[in-house]
Amino acid sequence: MTAASVTGADAPTEVPLKRRLKRAERARQLKALALVLPLLLYLLFTFAGPIAGMLWRSVDDREVRQILPQTVAALAGWDGKDLPNESAYAALASDILAARASGTMAIAAKRLNYALNGFRTILTSTARNLKAVPEPGTAKETLGKINPAWRERATWTTIKDASGPLTGFYLLAALDLVRNVDGAIVAAAPDQAIYRSVFARTFIISLSVTALCLILGFPVAYLLATLPPGRSNLLMIFVLLPFWTSLLVRTCAWIVLLQSKGVVNDSLHWLGIIDEPLRLIYNRFGVCVAMTHVLLPFMILPLYSSMKAISPAYMRAAASLGAPPVTAFLRIYLPQTLPGIGAGSLLVFILALGYYITPALVGGAADQMISYFIALYTTETANWGLASALGAVLLLATVLLALLYGKLVQGQQVTGGMKN
Amino acid sequence: MSDYSSLRTPSQRVAWTATIVISTLVFIFLIAPILAIMPLSFSSGSYLTYPLPGLSLRWYDDFINSPRWMSSLKNSMIIGVASTVLSMVLGTLAALGLAQWKSRLKPLVLAFVLSPVVVPGVITAVGLYFFFAPIGLTGSYLGLILAHTALATPFVVITVGATLQSFDTNLVRAAASLGASPLYAFRRVILPLIMPGLASGALFAFATSFDEVVIVLFMAGPEQRTLPREMFAGIRENISPTITAAAVILTTVSVILLATMEGLRRRNERLKGSSG
Repeated sequence: MTAASVTGADAPTEVPLKRRLKRAERARQLKALALVLPLLLYLLFTFAGPIAGMLWRSVDDREVRQILPQTVAALAGWDGKDLPNESAYAALASDILAARASGTMAIAAKRLNYALNGFRTILTSTARNLKAVPEPGTAKETLGKINPAWRERATWTTIKDASGPLTGFYLLAALDLVRNVDGAIVAAAPDQAIYRSVFARTFIISLSVTALCLILGFPVAYLLATLPPGRSNLLMIFVLLPFWTSLLVRTCAWIVLLQSKGVVNDSLHWLGIIDEPLRLIYNRFGVCVAMTHVLLPFMILPLYSSMKAISPAYMRAAASLGAPPVTAFLRIYLPQTLPGIGAGSLLVFILALGYYITPALVGGAADQMISYFIALYTTETANWGLASALGAVLLLATVLLALLYGKLVQGQQVTGGMKN
Repeated sequence: MSDYSSLRTPSQRVAWTATIVISTLVFIFLIAPILAIMPLSFSSGSYLTYPLPGLSLRWYDDFINSPRWMSSLKNSMIIGVASTVLSMVLGTLAALGLAQWKSRLKPLVLAFVLSPVVVPGVITAVGLYFFFAPIGLTGSYLGLILAHTALATPFVVITVGATLQSFDTNLVRAAASLGASPLYAFRRVILPLIMPGLASGALFAFATSFDEVVIVLFMAGPEQRTLPREMFAGIRENISPTITAAAVILTTVSVILLATMEGLRRRNERLKGSSG
């Protein structure tokens, strides 16, 4: 519009100009995208791809399929209501002989043993005692004689369930669920069901740490936001120094302070408050104290920035209108800090959920969080399917909370911008 | 700007005193553990208790003369510096692009770029372990540098992006109108102005890599153990005073990083103050 009024008589050149502008803008946008692209590709290779691979492992189930191919094929049409027919037995016998020859039996045995305790023994005893491919019509009898487990339906449904290529087995296991012999999803046996309690524990520890951080962080953030800038900048060092100090140093420091011959116990003993050293570490108390110390700055900083944006005029106005300080605080100040409380609490909670190092170093066996089990199944027992499934559940929780956090922080920035 | 001096009622004064008392206790809680561990590294005895039997530098001597600790310090430096350089290149380019890019997809892309910060370390580590092992990148410097760069780059994008937000694009136009090529304008106009942002991005990136331990736990071979990894092993086994010496060295590095960061922030504020 303005271009037309300015150029006036040269109106015909307006269209090419507009088009040229558009083209230039498009080139600019493409150039901008080209600048972002290297990082996107990089993260695809070093972050998103690997995590997608992990998620894939939580449903991938091809070991049994590869090692017992004939059995899996023979069971494909089996309805699971009765024992499978002779051809499945013959296929299994031939698969077992082939797997024994190639030395791959252990891999299938490991996978099947996850689903049915004792399956490893069933397979190894069968492999040991099976001399030759049974005559036609006798495979069922031969296998049943070697191990009576082959006369049970559960043994066969376990193989069928594990015949892949995809499975919900690990994801169900991560939630303490199993498929029973009839294919229905039921709760796992009590002695096998541990992950719900691990998730609950992870949740409780994270929640306690978040609550502790909020209780301890609120007054500090208030003080820092209220003091004049010079003094609050000085005090900010008390928050920033721990923030920048290595996690390992801080965890190590808490062990030194809290162990039975540590500084805290020694001081309490010297003061005559205790006779015997208190157990302050390698338990839930130690985990909560150390994690609160590590995560407190993540609470104080967002609280501080939300409080900094609250004009003191509001409180003065409330006071001048006759509100008692407590009422003014509860009705005027606190509601304005809610975005900061929400952002800080979510941030601390999200970070706490995934914690591994601190609980691993200062917690006891009953304080290990979900990350510990993911690490355990990856490096120690190599149950990668279960490790990935537990990881998938943790990732889902984290992503949902992070989305919520994103919404909250975005809204906060908008209101913050409006206030300025 | 503060209303703490205008406290009128007794209840306000009580509340303010309570705030100060609680905050002081929290400050002690935050700082005491870091301070408490330091003197122990100068102890002449081998027990981690006070009072110290005497002063000595034997644990620092132990640290410096231990091939294990020195190689871990070297590894931390190699991996830290390399991933800082790589994340600065990737992060700065992306921040420059994001500042100009207008699209509805932008929040989504930004969320993706920042996600390595939020995703639990164990998940990233397990994913990388599965992904890097078959292509021979576990137990190598390259694998660790690539992984640490992924974790550090979001911080570069945030800090450089924040600097670009207050950057006046008219300066680039002015440079162009005076005949400067885009590259020349970047080198002589943009770069000097966003330098503080770049520097704090680099500090963040280095600190992220220097403190990272979960990925190193999963992916490093014996040759690539870093300082935090060595401390993790030491804390697991039995805390010796050599670990407290390592802790003091690590804390000194943090203090230097923090002080540089503060310096940059103050310089930035001064510049802002003088221009506006």
